[in-house]
Amino acid sequence: MSSATLTPPPPAPLHPVSSPGFRRCDTTGLAVCSTAERFIKFNAVAGVVFLLLGGIAAILLALTRWQVVHLLRVDWFYRILTFHGLNMLIFWILFFEVAVLYFACTVPLKARLYSPKVAWISFGMMLTGAIMVNTVIILGKADVLLTSYLPLLAHPAFYLGIILVAVGTLIAVFNYFATLYTAKRDQTYVGSVPLVTFGATAAAIIAVVTLLHGAIVMIPTFTYSMGWTPQPDPMWYRMIWWGLGHQSQQVNVCAMVAIWYLIANLATGAKPVNETVCRGAFVLYILFINLASAHHLLVDPGVGSAWKIWNTSYAMYLAVLASMIHGFTVPASVEMAMREKGHVKGLFGWVTSAPWRNPAFSGFVLSLLIFGFIGGITGVTLGTQQINIIAHNTLRITGHFHATVVGGTTLAFMALTYYVIPLMFRRDFIWRGAARVQPWLFGGGILLVSLGMSFAGSLGVPRRSYDIEPAGIFGGAAHLFLGVMGIGAVIAVIGLLLFAVLCVGTILFGEKNAGRPMADWGTAQAMVGSRVGSLAHDHWAMKGTMALTAVFLACFAVYYFANWKALADVWPVR
Amino acid sequence: MSLAIPDRGWYQAPAGAEKLWIGLALIWCFVLSLMMPFWHFRGKQNSRGEAYAVTPAAFIARTEKFITANKVGERAGIPIVEPAPGGDAYLLARMWAWYPVLKLRQGETYRLHLSSADLQHGFSLQPLNMNFQVLPGYDHVLTLTPTSKGEFTIVCNEFCGIGHDKMIGKILVE
Repeated sequence: MSSATLTPPPPAPLHPVSSPGFRRCDTTGLAVCSTAERFIKFNAVAGVVFLLLGGIAAILLALTRWQVVHLLRVDWFYRILTFHGLNMLIFWILFFEVAVLYFACTVPLKARLYSPKVAWISFGMMLTGAIMVNTVIILGKADVLLTSYLPLLAHPAFYLGIILVAVGTLIAVFNYFATLYTAKRDQTYVGSVPLVTFGATAAAIIAVVTLLHGAIVMIPTFTYSMGWTPQPDPMWYRMIWWGLGHQSQQVNVCAMVAIWYLIANLATGAKPVNETVCRGAFVLYILFINLASAHHLLVDPGVGSAWKIWNTSYAMYLAVLASMIHGFTVPASVEMAMREKGHVKGLFGWVTSAPWRNPAFSGFVLSLLIFGFIGGITGVTLGTQQINIIAHNTLRITGHFHATVVGGTTLAFMALTYYVIPLMFRRDFIWRGAARVQPWLFGGGILLVSLGMSFAGSLGVPRRSYDIEPAGIFGGAAHLFLGVMGIGAVIAVIGLLLFAVLCVGTILFGEKNAGRPMADWGTAQAMVGSRVGSLAHDHWAMKGTMALTAVFLACFAVYYFANWKALADVWPVR
Repeated sequence: MSLAIPDRGWYQAPAGAEKLWIGLALIWCFVLSLMMPFWHFRGKQNSRGEAYAVTPAAFIARTEKFITANKVGERAGIPIVEPAPGGDAYLLARMWAWYPVLKLRQGETYRLHLSSADLQHGFSLQPLNMNFQVLPGYDHVLTLTPTSKGEFTIVCNEFCGIGHDKMIGKILVE
């Protein structure tokens, strides 16, 4: 990586690089805490293993719902669906997030991880819990899907495993906050924390709230499964479970946005146009995202209109506002950096000269686009109280969250890995040509999956259903869109397998880069005569971003009001 | 940069295009927020969540009573039941059937009671694509007005075990 994009940090009051337990990064010059580095590696590797397991499950499921293929037997379909949900949404995401947290509280602050013992305990509990859950599922003792809605009942080890994973993650979050505290106390840095750490802190705060919901709902369910206490109310279960289920996805959003800022910076030298705006948007997430469990209860009995409307809009959509702000500030920061480097031709000259050969950069941009245009727009629309009537539990919902969690979060985590492995494992990637293609394969595949599901769902095809033939009402169009989903899934899983092979192959066989900077993936180059900071006072220079966000808002409005129109056409109901 | 400690004095009000975008996004969020209360009062499709506590046994008994009083025919062994216009209709969800078949009249309004005898189920009326959650212990009341004629299919869209995909019901509208 060129020194133009990453300059060594200025000297701090303490010099941890020369103290034991630290090394200086040969690429960035940053001081890296060896303990943190070890646990970043452990958690990232565990995460990728669970991603691989979830990916194998994904292809089996897609090839079953693709009616022409219809691969699995019915009992194994629901078993593998349970397995897929837990490995993807819980294990892969949480392990990788712990790795991101350990990075964000140490390296940018030149700080030491608070406690390796606590990190061991956390990692051990999470891994034990995850293995317990997977074992119980494969043994056929927990065919209850991710949500395990009561009165469905799984083997007690299923709930105990989830509790272990949740508590283990909480312990890692404690290690994060303890590290922030000791870094501040020991003055390893002066001033405000960097933006990436700020975003990770927002994720950590939401994670605490989320995981407490998990404990509140899972502990009485576990004691019920043991026969010690009566059955919790199914409606109460739904409300609290979604306090875990939906908010945990908001942890992902925070972590993903922090990664967007990080990769934009690494690949193009982008810095926030306005730190206050970016940080304020993270604060909005913390304050308002908490109410999101209502999204799943919009057509439920027992909760009234006022409760549904207030909670599903996260109190006047202030968390949506936060995402829309990031959706502007992230591309704007890239555009400003590119323009300052001299790429000023027309509206989009900065786009065409961006470092597209860098898989971290292309992965980040695809993540931003898929998350915003597909995931965000569908999410807000389907989460509108009344519109949910024509969407609840259809494949439209699945289409939405495969755009957010997979096309958005997972792709961003994959993109970051193209820096994590060279910088932390200190080996350069093998098969660099294949790596450059990987984000496109995965992102393109997921886009097809998401669109196929969404259109099939609009035709009424239910989610979580083994077979649509017994209903006898789904015609050629529904089958076509399930086919689109199936083809997309094949492409995406090829991208996922390629990613896993690249990671494992590099960790085992990649060329060692200790003592020299990592092999550059491609960074934005400055043109002759350009000057960093030349546009610092031009608040209207991001013309391309303005055009893109205007298109976004137009798409949003069209999709949103088209859904109100579709709702107006069904039977009156209240 | 995002990884570095920001310069002192980073706390600044937004300006220029950024300020414009925040303003536009905020206005859009207000539009999104106001659409729901607007539709609650002026729109015809709402989910108010009207519900009453009921035990599965009591709901089964009410359904049987409703069938005895209003049965008009039979279809593949399942009774066809026609409630009085403006009256109550009962629909029981259980593994893995919707019981009974309902016969409704176009333009009339009914109070449709939904509940489950066992697990959670999903009431998904096709091809309209109207979806509501069905829980055991809750008598979920939909005040429903069929505005189109024909044979409508109820698909279960909440996972309820191995026969989930075969849990199909019917509503006939004349």
